[in-house]
Amino acid sequence: MARIEIDESRCKGCGLCTLACSRKLIVMGSTINRQGYVSALMTSREQCTGCALCAEMCPDVAIAVYK
Amino acid sequence: MKQVFQKPVSLKDVQTHFCPGCHHGTYHRLVAEAMDEFGVQGRTIGVASVGCSVFLYSYFDIDVVEAPHGRAPAVATGVKRARPDAFVFTYQGDGDLAAIGTAEIIHAANRGEDITVIFVNNTTYGMTGGQMAPTTLVGQRTSTSPFGRNAAKDGSPIRMAELLSQLEGVAFSARVAVNNPRNLMDAKKQIRKAFRYQAEGKGFSFIEALSSCPTNWGMDPLAANARVGTEMCGYFPLGVFKDTANFHAG
Ligand SMILES: Cc1ncc(C[n+]2csc(CCOP(=O)(O)OP(=O)(O)O)c2C)c(N)n1
Ligand code: SF4
Ligand code: SF4
Ligand code: SF4
Ligand SMILES: [Mg+2]
Repeated sequence: MARIEIDESRCKGCGLCTLACSRKLIVMGSTINRQGYVSALMTSREQCTGCALCAEMCPDVAIAVYK
Repeated sequence: MKQVFQKPVSLKDVQTHFCPGCHHGTYHRLVAEAMDEFGVQGRTIGVASVGCSVFLYSYFDIDVVEAPHGRAPAVATGVKRARPDAFVFTYQGDGDLAAIGTAEIIHAANRGEDITVIFVNNTTYGMTGGQMAPTTLVGQRTSTSPFGRNAAKDGSPIRMAELLSQLEGVAFSARVAVNNPRNLMDAKKQIRKAFRYQAEGKGFSFIEALSSCPTNWGMDPLAANARVGTEMCGYFPLGVFKDTANFHAG
C-alpha cells in the first residue's frame, strides 16, 4: 500500500514526474491552478508502489509520498 | 502509512520563482537534503551568487551571505576562515563561476579552501536573458550568438570539473545531472560526498551540476530535460574527476 499526494497549488506543470513513473500513473490534468499552470494528476492510485521517483524528479517539491 | 518522501527541513516551505522544469529547484532540494542528513543546518553559512539562484536566502532555512557577481568563493574563504566551525558552501551559475568569477574559483580551489562549491551549469546566462556563457555548447544559439557558438571565434566550452581537478588543493570534483532518476540518485550520492569531505576537513570539494534552462533554451520543460542527456552529457561527461580518497588511502 502506497500513496502520493500532489500539491496542486505548488505544481508548475513541467511534467517531469510523468517521466519518472515507470508505471505511468501520473498524467497532466486539465485544470489550471492559481499560478496559471496545468497541474499533474495521479491516476490509478491502487498501483502506486511508493518508489518516490516522481517526487525525486519534481523541481518544486510538490509531491509527498506515503508508504 | 508513513511519509517516506517530504520536503527537507533545511528548505523553506515557499514557492520558488524558478521557471517550470528548471533544475535549480531540484538542486536546491538535493543540497538541503544533504544538509539535513549531516545535521549542519544550524551552523551552515551559504554564499549566494548572482544569477537565477540569487534568492538562496529566500529558499534555504540557513544563514546566507550574498556575494558580488563571481566572488562567492572569495567571500566563502573569508567566512570559513573567520568561522572554521561553520559549514560553508557556495551555489553559483556558469556565467557567475566560469566567466566573471574565474579568478576567484581557481584560486579558492588551488588554496584548498575547506568549502563546497555547487556549480550549476545550464550553458547560458539564465537570469539576464540567455546570453552565451563560457559553457555554451558549440553551435548553440543564444541571444549573443544568434548563429550558434563558433569555436574558432568564441573558443570551446570550458569543462570546469576537469579543469579544477588538476589543482592540488582540490579534494573532490564531480559532474552530475538530474535529468532522470538514475542520474539524480547518483547526484545525491556525490553531493553528500562533497559535504562529507568538508565535514572531515579534507579540502575543497566541487560539484558541477548539469542543469536545464527551458526558458532561455526556447524549449518546453520536457525537451529541455532531454537536452541535458542528449547534448550536454556528451560534451560534459558525468563522473568523478578527482577523489583524494583514491590517492591517499586512509
Ligand atoms: C558585476 C555584474 N555584472 C553583470 C551583472 C549582470 N548579471 C546578472 S546575472 C548574470 C549571469 C547569470 O548567469 P549564470 O551565472 O549562468 O546564472 P543562471 O541565471 O544561468 O543560473 C549577469 C551577467 C551583474 N549583476 N553584476
Ligand atoms: S511513487 Fe513511484 S509508482 Fe507511485 S506514482 Fe510516484 S513514481 Fe509512480
Ligand atoms: S514534476 Fe512537480 S511541478 Fe512538475 S508536473 Fe510533476 S508535480 Fe508538477
Ligand atoms: S531563466 Fe532558466 S535558469 Fe532561470 S529560473 Fe528560468 S529556467 Fe531556470
Ligand atoms: Mg547559467
